[in-house]
Amino acid sequence: MDLKLLDVEPSEAERVVVDLFTGMGRDQLLPALHAVNDRVGWISQGALNHICRVLHVPLAEAYGVASFYSLFSLSERPAKVVHVCVDLACQVNGAKSLCDRLTGELGPAGAKSGWLRSPCLGVCEKAPVALAFEAGEVATEQLLAPTTADEVIAVAAAGPSHVDGGRAEVPQAGAAGLRLLKRVGVVDPESLDDYRATGGYAALRTALLLGPSGVIREVTDAKLMGRGGAAFPTGRKWDATARQPVRPHYLVCNADESEPGTFKDRLLMEGDPYAVIESMTIAGFAAGCSRGYLYLRGEYPRALHLLRNAIARARERNYLGDDIMGHEGFSFEIEIRRGAGAYICGEETAIFNSIEGFRGEPRSKPPFPVESGLFGKPTVVNNVETLVNVPVILTEGCEAYTRIGTPGSAGPKLFCLSGNVSRPGVYEVPFGTTLGELLDLAGGVPPGRELRAVLLGGAAGGFVRPDELDLPLTMEDARAANTTLGSGVVLVLDDTADLGSFLLRIAAFFRDESCGQCVPCRIGTVRQEEAMARLVGKRPLSTSAEDLQLLREVGQVMRDSSICGLGQTAWNAIESALDRLGYATEATS
Amino acid sequence: MTIVEIGLPKRLVEMTLDGESVRVPEGATILDACAARGKSIPTLCYGDTLKPANACRVCMVEVEGARTLVPSCSRKVEPGMVVHTESERTKHSRKLVLELLGSATDLSTTPHVDEWMSACGADPSRFGPPAPPSADRDDRRPGEHEEPDGQTAATVRQPAKVDNPLYVRDLSKCILCYKCVDACGDQWQNTFAISVAGRGFDSRISTEFSTPLPESACVYCGNCIEVCPTGALSFKREHDKREDGTWDEEAQTQTTTICTFCGVGCNLTLHVQDNEIVKVTSPHESTVTHGNLCIKGRFGWQHVQNR
Repeated sequence: MDLKLLDVEPSEAERVVVDLFTGMGRDQLLPALHAVNDRVGWISQGALNHICRVLHVPLAEAYGVASFYSLFSLSERPAKVVHVCVDLACQVNGAKSLCDRLTGELGPAGAKSGWLRSPCLGVCEKAPVALAFEAGEVATEQLLAPTTADEVIAVAAAGPSHVDGGRAEVPQAGAAGLRLLKRVGVVDPESLDDYRATGGYAALRTALLLGPSGVIREVTDAKLMGRGGAAFPTGRKWDATARQPVRPHYLVCNADESEPGTFKDRLLMEGDPYAVIESMTIAGFAAGCSRGYLYLRGEYPRALHLLRNAIARARERNYLGDDIMGHEGFSFEIEIRRGAGAYICGEETAIFNSIEGFRGEPRSKPPFPVESGLFGKPTVVNNVETLVNVPVILTEGCEAYTRIGTPGSAGPKLFCLSGNVSRPGVYEVPFGTTLGELLDLAGGVPPGRELRAVLLGGAAGGFVRPDELDLPLTMEDARAANTTLGSGVVLVLDDTADLGSFLLRIAAFFRDESCGQCVPCRIGTVRQEEAMARLVGKRPLSTSAEDLQLLREVGQVMRDSSICGLGQTAWNAIESALDRLGYATEATS
Repeated sequence: MTIVEIGLPKRLVEMTLDGESVRVPEGATILDACAARGKSIPTLCYGDTLKPANACRVCMVEVEGARTLVPSCSRKVEPGMVVHTESERTKHSRKLVLELLGSATDLSTTPHVDEWMSACGADPSRFGPPAPPSADRDDRRPGEHEEPDGQTAATVRQPAKVDNPLYVRDLSKCILCYKCVDACGDQWQNTFAISVAGRGFDSRISTEFSTPLPESACVYCGNCIEVCPTGALSFKREHDKREDGTWDEEAQTQTTTICTFCGVGCNLTLHVQDNEIVKVTSPHESTVTHGNLCIKGRFGWQHVQNR
């Protein structure tokens, strides 16, 4: 393939950072784009041209990839920019008035004014939040959580400081009986010695003794199900991959946590990074993978720093690399890949395309990842929370593990409480805890207010009513009640919340995050948002009843005919608001 | 006549298609099975010379036991599969997909779409009057859009791109089927002049930085135009003749011959109207070209008409 490039050259700064990728291939496209963005704050024609020259990628394709991610700009942008979250939890906590003030004082959101509207930043327990970024020789990021308009205005002018904002806080920190959160907020996340002193790497030792099939048997018998939203049995996934004769096998840890209202994986990665690394190593050992990719969403700078440190320390002490822990022949390496602002890249096949340097569009299944995944090889994809259950299973034994929770849903579960709730945060409870008990744990709605609804499972989940709080939080009970636990979102709305604006934000979110590949989702999410705007604004095309009908028909085709889970679930929450919360009656009366 | 390569004998797979038990060769798609039974399923992004893109979702059918509908153009038949092509769910999906496409895109030059729409009762105007064309589609950023009021239906309408003497790119008609990108890229031409850029509803087929075609990697082979199912990409000559009302397919003859430029021996089909070549294509079933040509075969015929 002969490349035809443009006749433009990079700046010296751009050339220096891109030249570091010399000799590498297309799968380094996303890291190279990040390198340029970190250095100068945007991707110029000269920089993209040079990336293509170095990595040998066609320019039009690289442009297609760069223009897919919202954290990159292909037009000039100042080095300093503040991403202000306007998503669900922040909206409930005053993001709109914050943005109104920013618009008044700095001008409308955009490159010129130095602030941008952002989808969920995954720090919902401290809403409203913002993330300040400044490109330079060392790119700087500062999380403002919670933030105010005054702070955003000040930081937009001065740039982010090196202050480590947003330390993980866990309401239950130090409580007895915690398994997944036992170290979070208690143990120094930078120290490998502290990790080992609190039981770290005992599970990997056990795994090496059990052998790959022994580990798979334990995980299967523990009935571990995926915690990313789809609840697929983890043991089956590992077993199916391990049995594939084709080599190599890959492991992908899906840390592209972007479902609005979800922040549990960030907490785990920031509070107990070594546990993530150890769990990935065990998974790699069991499924016969020699390499693991940790795909981390681009908006988690603190997790990135701590995970990088953990990987480096682990490698120094032979917990990664060749002959791990003296186990001859077991080699495993972990590479972190940063996402760049695309919810869809958390889809289990879109994540492969993103890592390989293509647009983050989902692939058609079959073939399934266990057969043909990353680089066309058998691949295990697991969510962060799923993985950190594995050391618990191996140290406590699968029998003890299945005694936690219910017969249908074994183990502990993390829930992300946010919105109108007194003590927002991540809570660990056994499966089977009722929604009411969980809300009580978080202090319920603020005093003097009344509960209006709970969004369960995120933007792709559904609402439940105040009279349904006795719902046991298990996979099977949620299914029976025609809802889902999804990624563990419990977003609480009280009687002050504006349900109409909330639903509009959900519709806008899916319209923004659709990859655009298939018609039902690409155009359906637009029509859904338009119809919701008419319903909420009470400006029907002819009658609201007809708009409702239109919404239902569009919802049905998105659910039936979209390629991936994004489109298939883009109508779930709105449908449940219409039917379960009675918004259909409210909107048409 | 369509020449079908028979290849090695294949095992037959038994399945049920709309209540009828049928046997099809192993490896066949549901669409193949339908074609063999004379059932016509609408397709747009499917191309006989390309790998399925699975993007347009017009050909979705119901497979018993599957949670969602499946694309018939790519899903291979499995033993015992029970397929419904005319169930309520498939009819609803086909109608809505056509309505969504029609509400956002100019389908006036898409063959067969009118028949499909009337067959399923599709009415794209249900989503409201179309929004006016916009000139900024090439600059839209992923993850950002203006809040709609819902009083008009957003469309991809935009000015046609006419920046060279051979092609017209009228992206108001583009349904993002990926066929042109695949033909230009690793499936045939390996030129990679165009790609899908942007995200979601603001996705578009684009050169790098939307530079005009003459500055891009384009080699004017015309293979993207050959596979375009909607007329979004067209030969300038055909486009101009359509504009001034002198394009008359009924009056055209098609003569297949061999290209005289080099020794490869590509089949050419000359489309002749009023004793004048108006378009050159190549038969898709040609084992030499598979429908593809180069700039010389596609456009280098003016000398024939020097009288």
